[in-house]
Amino acid sequence: MGTLSLNQRAALLSVLMLVVGLLIWEAAIPAQKAVEELTEYEILTGAGAPKAGVPPPSQVFAKAWEQLSNPFYDAGPNDKGIGIQIGYSIYRVLTGYFLAALIAIPFGFLIGMSQVAYKAFNPFIQVLRPISPLAWMPLALFIIGDSEASAIFVIFICSIWPMLINTAFGVAGVREDWVNVARTHELGPIKTAFTVILPAAAPTILTGMRISIGIAWLVIVAAEMLVGGTGIGYYVWNEWNNLDLTSVVFSILVIGVVGMLLDAMFGVLQRRVTYAE
Amino acid sequence: MKPYLSIEKLTQRFPDGAGGELTVFENASFGVEKGEFVVILGHSGCGKSTIMNILAGLADPTSGAVIMDGQEVKGPSLDRGVVFQNYSLLPWLTTLKNVMFGVKARHPEWTKSQVEEHATKFLAMVGLEGDVIHRKPSQLSGGMRQRVSIARAFANHPKLLLLDEPFGALDALTRGTIQDELLKIWGQMEQTVFMITHDIDEAILLADRILLMTNGPNARVAESVEITIPRPRNRTEIVEHPNYYAIRNHLVQFLGKRSKELAGQPTEAGQTNAPETVRIDLADPAEDPEDKRPALKAVNS
Ligand SMILES: Nc1ncnc2c1ncn2[C@@H]1O[C@H](COP(=O)(O)OP(=O)(O)OP(=O)(O)O)[C@@H](O)[C@H]1O
Ligand SMILES: [Mg+2]
Repeated sequence: MGTLSLNQRAALLSVLMLVVGLLIWEAAIPAQKAVEELTEYEILTGAGAPKAGVPPPSQVFAKAWEQLSNPFYDAGPNDKGIGIQIGYSIYRVLTGYFLAALIAIPFGFLIGMSQVAYKAFNPFIQVLRPISPLAWMPLALFIIGDSEASAIFVIFICSIWPMLINTAFGVAGVREDWVNVARTHELGPIKTAFTVILPAAAPTILTGMRISIGIAWLVIVAAEMLVGGTGIGYYVWNEWNNLDLTSVVFSILVIGVVGMLLDAMFGVLQRRVTYAE
Repeated sequence: MKPYLSIEKLTQRFPDGAGGELTVFENASFGVEKGEFVVILGHSGCGKSTIMNILAGLADPTSGAVIMDGQEVKGPSLDRGVVFQNYSLLPWLTTLKNVMFGVKARHPEWTKSQVEEHATKFLAMVGLEGDVIHRKPSQLSGGMRQRVSIARAFANHPKLLLLDEPFGALDALTRGTIQDELLKIWGQMEQTVFMITHDIDEAILLADRILLMTNGPNARVAESVEITIPRPRNRTEIVEHPNYYAIRNHLVQFLGKRSKELAGQPTEAGQTNAPETVRIDLADPAEDPEDKRPALKAVNS
């Protein structure tokens, strides 16, 4: 035991906790008749349904195996593979997110460069920022009309604020010494922005981008539950309507894993641009 | 004829935070010749950095002008290289890239390999070679960082090199080594240098002339002391020169006593506060009668 590194010991402990947790979960679920054991009459009258409680992990694993072995099947609007649903969600998140970045980062840069602009825009940002992105949904649906575009808009509006605020904050906080280095080397404003201010503010900007992608992923599930049609949020809601809790639990896990991967991607980027002073 | 760098009636006032005005210095006037190494000595807060920022073009004076090579200084320029007290290296760039940053700004037309070669050469001049130059500033010691900063400034061949307490944060041993390196490069390049320091021995070792400032507010550049010790100088040998202790005593006297006594006198409008020239040379009997001042008496007594 003493020869294991800190990380190895932590990993071992994680696995142990997982196994114990799963065992408790499995043991806590009372044995249930499998669907195949129900008579046709029971199925038709829905006798199996009310008893459809939380599934044990074994069932979730079986479901996961089934879904992941064929993630991209498409059998009509209400029956698509998990891969397709996740794909729709990621597409919406990334579209809304990058549109937001396209506006928030240059705009945040300008706000950060000018104290007047910073102070002038601050009240608007402070009021708009705490609004739940879903509160925009009715307005978006009314104005944009299209539910797909509305979902993207909601992602756009929720991811813009952390990026905007962090970019402005990072740019405003660039050490004057570094700006003076640019000045004494006669760099123009554009060159200074790209060779000094951007790298200096990059860690703060990336932090904002990372917070934003996290929020966007939280919001997409709710947004898709509202607009329906496709996406992982819709999938969860649809399976709930089907009372297929196994699928619900499985999709919850998938949402978590995808969110973690998105965050990890930005974590890697963040580490790239971080510097020690 | 005007000196190469001419500081004319420079006045700097700041709001004092209580509604009034704080005059840091008033009508300061002095000159620096081409190729000269001038050091300015004065107590903390007397306005040395303020003067330097004005020379660098990073700040504007309340009134007065700085004229270099016949042209008024307006804004920062590549002709005036600055070594800041806190090194001011860009922490996200490697050592080499930091120097290349400066070289690229000076010679935008150069190819990348030319820039790299030039930067590497100047890093080698301050004793940084091999793997170190690919490290980030945060992975270097304070002395190494200051060398990078000096290399970055020298690599650009500025007409005037401004150094704001470049060795302030270094221990005595490192400081000595880098002083030697600075002297070596300066000897090779005939660079005009204006440097701030708190350290009297450093000033004597490096300077052709030392400007002495009185305490602030209303500070003045009161004296200009010539360092009558021949070059090349070497820290162990200059102490044996007859003028060394005379000059040193004079400086200590000034900073210890006279900087206080002379401080805080507001000057009448229009008066030019040019520093008195002080030349202490015990080896030279033909002394200017003009130089028989209290300062000198203090030295001789
Ligand atoms: N931007 C500013 N606003 C108001 N006062 C200032 C400003 N910059 C400097 N001062 C004042 O001017 C005076 C001189 O400051 P300066 O930094 O030039 O001193 P210094 O001689 O370089 O001191 P040190 O040796 O400690 O570096 C100080 O009293 C300082 O408070
Ligand atoms: Mg200073």
